[in-house]
Amino acid sequence: MSVKTKLNFTLNSRPVNIEVPVDMTVLNLFRDFLDLKGTKYACGEGECGACTIEVDGKTINSCLMMAVDLQDRDVLTIEGLQKGNMLHPMQQAFVDHGAVQCGFCMPGMIIQANYLVKQNPSLTREEMKRGLEGNICRCTGYTKVLDAVAAVVGLKG
Amino acid sequence: MSDIKHYIAPTTLEQALETLALGRVTILSGGTDLTPQVSVGRRHFEDTLMNIRRIEGLSQISMQGDEIRIGGSATVSDIRYHDLIMKYAPLLCETASHFASEQIRNAASIGGNICNASPAGDMIIPLLVLGASVELASWTKGVVQTRRIPLDEFFTGPGKTLRNSNELLAAVIFKKPSADFVGFFRKSGPRPALEISTVSLGIGGEMKEGKFQHVRVAMGAVGPTPLRGRQTEAALEGQKLTRTIIDHAVLAAQQDASPIDDIRATKWYRNHLVAVFTEELLYNVCQN
Ligand SMILES: Cc1cc2nc3c(=O)[nH]c(=O)nc-3n(C[C@H](O)[C@H](O)[C@H](O)COP(=O)(O)OP(=O)(O)OC[C@H]3O[C@@H](n4cnc5c(N)ncnc54)[C@H](O)[C@@H]3O)c2cc1C
Ligand code: FES
Ligand code: FES
Repeated sequence: MSVKTKLNFTLNSRPVNIEVPVDMTVLNLFRDFLDLKGTKYACGEGECGACTIEVDGKTINSCLMMAVDLQDRDVLTIEGLQKGNMLHPMQQAFVDHGAVQCGFCMPGMIIQANYLVKQNPSLTREEMKRGLEGNICRCTGYTKVLDAVAAVVGLKG
Repeated sequence: MSDIKHYIAPTTLEQALETLALGRVTILSGGTDLTPQVSVGRRHFEDTLMNIRRIEGLSQISMQGDEIRIGGSATVSDIRYHDLIMKYAPLLCETASHFASEQIRNAASIGGNICNASPAGDMIIPLLVLGASVELASWTKGVVQTRRIPLDEFFTGPGKTLRNSNELLAAVIFKKPSADFVGFFRKSGPRPALEISTVSLGIGGEMKEGKFQHVRVAMGAVGPTPLRGRQTEAALEGQKLTRTIIDHAVLAAQQDASPIDDIRATKWYRNHLVAVFTEELLYNVCQN
């Protein structure tokens, strides 16, 4: 077994202090140690985006990031979007537009869409497509996903 | 998988280089190459895992005199949106925008792309066109020593470079291109995103009084390393880009390339792409 190290970071606005093996990925840490199963494991190699999370305001594939690199960082996962019983506007838009089918890709898709809109509140449809290139969905065909994101952008603009 | 015995995340370059000097260290930057390579068993961790993303200043992009300096841990996203790069080397931004996906670009570093030394490493192509050098730093005789190697001499084979194991890629540096500089990049794969290049090509030079000068041509995935297209450069240097000259350059480009058949494409197809991209990029240069 690889050596363990202490890790402190902020996860969905709460502090986390934990000891982790230094060769563990962030995805592994969240799903298997912190029991946060919203973030999905699919390809495990950066191709599908199901494991997308936001770290210090930038989205990354958590299957490729080493957990030790979370030290002092601020993390947002799908579990952190909802406020009490209120869905986040991006989540609500996905529901309203029927943009979710099996749902497996959705935690990553919604985190990525939310990040894109935060980066550029007047995102065009073309920019949405480019920004979501790293998120693969095998059900929806993407049209309704884009409609949902467009609705959020429209609300803001 | 081998076990890691120590983990270190140095905050200064000196600390990092002292650690490297002790030997048996795996350098971790964005992890987008390292993590999958370890998980499929193509690579093993050394005794010490050293995370270089906390080193102060290592991701900085700056102008120093007439040189542009990109720190080794600058990410592809950092480069894509940086004012200096957009102003002086938009070729790099263009390449960055065709790199993987937004999530990968936010993690992937320039140092990792270069040190992974894939023949298909995308950022390497525009850097070759810009005539870049790498700056390698080491801890020698109790002080930080640096040396520069031109990028076109740095690669020795797939995954192999002239970097010694006690050296860190501190930065990649190139001379600020002149106002007459034009450069273009083109890569191919079956999809627009998340694609390892089947062939990539970069062409750049200065357009002065209708003549293409100081021409550099770089090619990816058509040889054991990313390479300079020397015969193509010779066919173009100092020329007006007429139909005849472009035809010569296309033939020369196919001489420069030495692709192989592999899972991504056949040798024949790669040669074909080299020809098409050469013509296309030269056409872009003419339009500019
Ligand atoms: C899904 C996916 C898509 C991809 N698409 C592309 C693409 O379109 N184009 C492309 O070119 N690549 C692509 N890649 C490959 C990869 O993302 C890049 O090569 C990236 O730039 C590597 O940087 P990193 O910071 O993640 O490196 P790491 O994985 O951290 O490191 C890579 C190697 O370099 C060494 N290293 C890192 N930094 C330094 C340094 N400063 N000094 C010395 N050694 C160092 C490490 O020890 C390791 O051996 C893709 C990868 C994935 C998983
Ligand atoms: S599981 Fe991480 S990108 Fe697919
Ligand atoms: S909704 Fe099923 S994979 Fe996207």
